[in-house]
Amino acid sequence: MNMMSEAAVEKALDKKMNDVSFKMIGKDVSVYYGAKRALFDVNLNVRQNTVTALIGPSGCGKSTFLRCLNRMNDTIDSCRVTGKITLDDGDIYDPSIDVVELRARVGMVFQKPNPFPKSIYENVAYGPRIHGLARNKAEMDQIVETSLQRAGLWNEAKDRLQEPGTGLSGGQQQRLCIARAVAVSPEVILMDEPCSALDPIATAKVEELIHELRANFTIVIVTHSMQQAARVSQRTAMFHLGNLVEENDTDKMFTNPDDQRTQDYIMGRFG
Amino acid sequence: MSTHIASVYDEDLKYLTRRISEMGGLAEQMVAESVRALVNSDLALAQKVISDDVILDDAERQIGEKAIITIARRQPMAADLREIMGSIRIAADLERVGDLGKNNAKRVIAVANASLPRQLSRGLEHLAELALVQLKEVLDVYASRSVEKANSIRERDSEIDAIYTSLFRELLTYMMEDPRNITPCTHLLFCAKNIERIGDHATNIAETIYYMATGAQPVGDRPKDDSANTVGALESST
Repeated sequence: MNMMSEAAVEKALDKKMNDVSFKMIGKDVSVYYGAKRALFDVNLNVRQNTVTALIGPSGCGKSTFLRCLNRMNDTIDSCRVTGKITLDDGDIYDPSIDVVELRARVGMVFQKPNPFPKSIYENVAYGPRIHGLARNKAEMDQIVETSLQRAGLWNEAKDRLQEPGTGLSGGQQQRLCIARAVAVSPEVILMDEPCSALDPIATAKVEELIHELRANFTIVIVTHSMQQAARVSQRTAMFHLGNLVEENDTDKMFTNPDDQRTQDYIMGRFG
Repeated sequence: MSTHIASVYDEDLKYLTRRISEMGGLAEQMVAESVRALVNSDLALAQKVISDDVILDDAERQIGEKAIITIARRQPMAADLREIMGSIRIAADLERVGDLGKNNAKRVIAVANASLPRQLSRGLEHLAELALVQLKEVLDVYASRSVEKANSIRERDSEIDAIYTSLFRELLTYMMEDPRNITPCTHLLFCAKNIERIGDHATNIAETIYYMATGAQPVGDRPKDDSANTVGALESST
């Protein structure tokens, strides 16, 4: 019975995916670090309620593109972004955009778990507090609990909410960071190699989490593990030397990709 | 195609290709010898075919194990994954071809005492020749990965089906002529069916190679002349 309903949920989700609606649209996106060009006119659309994986060799521009999606590149002085990126039709590089507001809508999880040197509770509550999402303690408690539950950390953390977040294991810390990202109810979550510092069990938990989060969020993940991209994503985009080489259904990408460079990369062959 | 960064991976894949080719050669030989044993009532040759089957069975098992280990170790993707899955399937088809040859060989003793009309044994030989040509060509295609040829093999399978149907009729005629022919002719009918099946396996392999090379299934239905299924139906109803 339970299986049935899960299958039904999955089906509804797939249907939702099939009427393709783009959450974010990247048009002719180029990035320069000083005089060096890191991205060349990338056109990549991110589908709603879909996990999109960005793959490619080191230095191919996949992380650079990811960081454009919530203007993380703004923090680098020499960095210049051209082209257009929209979130629900709104230009995110429009001068009137409040970047803090944008990053609440497009959250991010980094390669290394980076909890604040504060309690588990405070790690999750920090975002909602600065964005004024809770009116009182009870509401904040609720947000913290829901976020930790969504991140699959509630059972492990509920009895030690006041202990420092840095005291958790690596995998737990990463899930805490996901709870922190989820707490401000973003629409899109960007993940930059979220499992590269985790052991296989912690990795499996984060991947399971990504699978569940897809129902409520749109996810873009950068990963060096092709197997991970194949496991967690529905769409995959392959970058090479700053160009988007191919974007395709993940199943197609890993069984019969269209582009020779994708083929060589995923099969571990010399180009 | 370019080589893998990990050279051991290339060696694993080469091992699979080499073993498949070996299996193909042996299966071909077994089928040819089984038909020769049948036509010449050569019991010693039949016995050799029966004992050769063990080698083929072992080879299939070893290919399967190597494939599993390679999948577990390398997590193959795209063309590599298709290559490995394809080798498992082809090995299974070739193992079946060997079994069919062995089954023919086992029937030699039952047919040995009956004197086959020359025409009948020629019919069987012709059927076997066609099936062997199919098998040989499909193994060549496996070595060359030429997709167009894989398709032409698939299309030629209906020739074998047609000859099988005519042999079927012929055997029925002998059985009706003299009830003493029933036992050997029934065995020969099974032999003919076995050989016809070999053609089917060759076609399976051609389709697998097509998939390995292109990532797509061959288009359209397999050409098939299965009128043998209804031989006798018209005659008895009229």
